[in-house]
Amino acid sequence: MRTVRVATLLAAAILAGCAAVPQDRVVLLPGPDGKVGQIAVNPGSSETVLGGAYASATVDAKGKLAQAQLNSSQIAQQFGDALGALPPRPKSFTLYFELDSDQLTPASAEQAQAALAEIAARPIADVIVIGHTDRTGELTYNDALSLQRAEVVRDKLIAAGGDPARITATGRGEREPLVPTDDEVPEPKNRRAELSVR
Amino acid sequence: MRQVCVRIALAVTWALAAHGAGAAEAAGIVKIAEGKVSIERAGSSLPAVPGAAVQTADTIVTGENGRCGITFRDNSLLSLGPNSRLVVNDFRFDSTTHEGGFDSTLKQGKLAVISGKIAKHARDAMKVRTPSSILGVRGTEFVVEAAAAR
Repeated sequence: MRTVRVATLLAAAILAGCAAVPQDRVVLLPGPDGKVGQIAVNPGSSETVLGGAYASATVDAKGKLAQAQLNSSQIAQQFGDALGALPPRPKSFTLYFELDSDQLTPASAEQAQAALAEIAARPIADVIVIGHTDRTGELTYNDALSLQRAEVVRDKLIAAGGDPARITATGRGEREPLVPTDDEVPEPKNRRAELSVR
Repeated sequence: MRQVCVRIALAVTWALAAHGAGAAEAAGIVKIAEGKVSIERAGSSLPAVPGAAVQTADTIVTGENGRCGITFRDNSLLSLGPNSRLVVNDFRFDSTTHEGGFDSTLKQGKLAVISGKIAKHARDAMKVRTPSSILGVRGTEFVVEAAAAR
């Protein structure tokens, strides 16, 4: 009886030993534009830099590193659950205004609809609206105008169902022109509000 | 007895300080939560519903059929597959200069990452740790798997 139990224990130990050694793994993925960045993997003693699409490194419990080349279908199969839960990538919109006004240009009024649709489509969308002016007018006047532009956009988003607690509006005045100009130069591209939708 | 009192006082002070820091601005927001997902914070477990704030020192835990996607303040996107544990060791981000640091540990399970402005601003300012390694992120998309706790 005793020997049977010992044998069972031995068998269990051997099975455990044969099971895959616990390993950590990292796999580099290409971005939407196909570009691939880099990851430095350091198991404790030295650094290995991965630099290609689907390049992977595994490190076992003893700190031993091994590299391998995987492919997109292996990643979809093994990491599909996690990848499927990634939040949508942040998206930016730029809306333009009439001269010395918080009225959107007709083209931007249309573009605003695209921003609204994007916000409605996202889970728990949050939006940062930053207003800007061109360099005509006084600095302090432009600070107020840029904030007013951002707030007009914020109001439109809220009126369309956006969550007020998740939409912030700030003004940067004439400090960050999209197109650099001399002071007092009217420039339509600088009269704008930038929206970051997340 | 006195030592115990000092320890409790320290713990309370620490907890209050941590609370104050967290209240200022969340590191991230849960955007997607499916199945069982919770946030372990200061000894308690909170449900990680969409819209919940994630703070430094939080641990995100997913159950057998759970998964969770979080958008961080620097636009880093992280998601966990089932049976996973991720600790947010540190998150600092200056939205004007883009300076900061993002340090997390995948204790077990699977993690997908699209790095954001912190990693873009400075090489290796974003780190992901696993039980065996430290990963220095250089502006990339990647997935990580950590073997079960050992």
